[in-house]
Amino acid sequence: MVDSPMHVAAHVRQRVSGKQVAIGLLVLAVFAVLPFVVYPVFLMKAMCFAIFACAFNLLLGFTGLLSFGHAAFFGAASYVSAHALRVWGVSAELAILSGMIVACLLGLAFGAIAIRRQGIYFAMITLALAQMIFVLALQMPFTGGEDGIQGVPRNPLFGVIDISDNLTLYYVVLVIFFLGLFAVHRTVHSPFGQVLRAIRESEPRAKSLGYETDRYKLVAFVISATLAGLAGGTKALVMQVASLTDVQWQMSGEVVLMTLLGGMGTVFGPAVGAALIVTLQNFLSGFGSLVTIITGAIFVVCVLMFRRGIVGEIQARLKTK
Amino acid sequence: MTTVFDMPVSILGLQILIGLQNGAFYAILSLGLAVIFGMLNVINFTHGAQYMLGAFLAYVLLQYAGIGYWWALILVPICLGLFGIVIERAFLRQLYDLDHLYGLLLTFGLVLIIEGLMVETFGASGLPYAKPELLDGTERLPLAGLTGNERDVMILPIYRMWVIVISIVVCLAVWYAIEKTRLGSYLRAATENPSLVRAFGINVPLMITLTYGFGVALAGFAGVLAAGLQAVTPHMGSNLIIIVFAVVVIGGMGSIMGSILTGFALGLVEAVAKIAYPEASNIVIFVIMILVLLVRPAGLFGREA
Repeated sequence: MVDSPMHVAAHVRQRVSGKQVAIGLLVLAVFAVLPFVVYPVFLMKAMCFAIFACAFNLLLGFTGLLSFGHAAFFGAASYVSAHALRVWGVSAELAILSGMIVACLLGLAFGAIAIRRQGIYFAMITLALAQMIFVLALQMPFTGGEDGIQGVPRNPLFGVIDISDNLTLYYVVLVIFFLGLFAVHRTVHSPFGQVLRAIRESEPRAKSLGYETDRYKLVAFVISATLAGLAGGTKALVMQVASLTDVQWQMSGEVVLMTLLGGMGTVFGPAVGAALIVTLQNFLSGFGSLVTIITGAIFVVCVLMFRRGIVGEIQARLKTK
Repeated sequence: MTTVFDMPVSILGLQILIGLQNGAFYAILSLGLAVIFGMLNVINFTHGAQYMLGAFLAYVLLQYAGIGYWWALILVPICLGLFGIVIERAFLRQLYDLDHLYGLLLTFGLVLIIEGLMVETFGASGLPYAKPELLDGTERLPLAGLTGNERDVMILPIYRMWVIVISIVVCLAVWYAIEKTRLGSYLRAATENPSLVRAFGINVPLMITLTYGFGVALAGFAGVLAAGLQAVTPHMGSNLIIIVFAVVVIGGMGSIMGSILTGFALGLVEAVAKIAYPEASNIVIFVIMILVLLVRPAGLFGREA
């Protein structure tokens, strides 16, 4: 059968039911109204981490690779974007783009090294490589050492649209958020994504079917790192700061937790996990190390009893009904 | 004074000594990780936190019970070993049938809990630990015989030398116990094929529990040694453990002696980097890890799985 445009259109029409359109519109409406109810900066922060977690999940949930060094991409992009905004004075979208490019290149380098080992070693290698970026961030002159880069200006978008107002910026970040999630969604539901899942289920089998698994893993790693860079760069723009927290190993662990809590292997689960963790941190920010303890406890509970995560659990329940 | 790299020979010697002493910690900790990984297939992220707990326990024993360093060297590993046994029985046991990554994630969660609790209890700033008088002070070592210059005198801190010596002794003892004794042969056999060893009537689950306890005890022992060197802080373990992970990747976890040698060697390399190019000393181990992965992905002493 020839895939004429009409065929494709009919196909698409079939796939998107009226119910889904309604849900989509409802989601859009909720996100549009949300900043009038909740503090926009908090929402933007949650969205940045949601992008980060979904990008991370592309590796953990859909390729079966546990990277323990994703803070490197998030943090490096955060620093580069902050530097671009403050020192180079470029417009917002170029700053985020430069962060993404750095994250992409870093992802290419780290990925090429880390995929030489599997499983537990892969996790340790990514962690060690990320720690190297942390040490560099501490030592290099442009990163500001312990202070980080503070007072990052929100330069106009495309050089014309003023985004210094939180509400305006919220809608910009909302668009970035949807673009980021759409990118993950498209990757997962593409032939490429199918191969990734085949690798997750059994790498030897995927290899025996003739797929060069290392290549697929590397590309997945680079996409994931680049999107983590999108999250990091946007975060620098929103919070107006890039600091060592962004590149620290705890950040790498946090994104694992967000993914695990929301449901790894689900497309939007990590976003839910990210929203919950950011909310938790917000509520407990005045209580010192209590937030660390509770984060750790959630981690342990998730690993021991709740491995499907929130969205994963809901999906499983719906299926058995 | 005789100089190498614009540095007096005596300072150079001290740097090498510090390097060996850092290497001693890498060796003990990576040894513990390797022993645990061999039996449990779990990368014990909590290792750094357990090392930190060892240092704190030594501090608490001295501060509140008047129990000194020498007793701490024995009591702390025992306490931490018991702590490890509880963790293995309560948590890790439930994960053996799952992907190994869950073990890493669980122990990571435990790190956050333990570190958080310690910051809450003792604060984030460092606490001082008084080392015993016997190990305090320095020894003067004239280098005139070596360089022909009367002014070349090396100051040797006794405690650092003690750390190196006792670490070598402990590492060799562990190596002997695993490679040369009957119990060790059970352990190695159980690492290779647990179900077969079980069929011979050996209680493998108990061995797994004890192995984890032993690995944790090693971390605790290293913690006591570290208490005499640096301020005791809740975060002293986490930064160290990531370097030890790199050490483990470089060495590969296949061989006990390999872990020991890699640990000491990397401590030395770090010292040389500090002398030749100080800015790079913090990342040199990571760079070596990258190089080893490019040339020999299985690690220097590792076997390809």
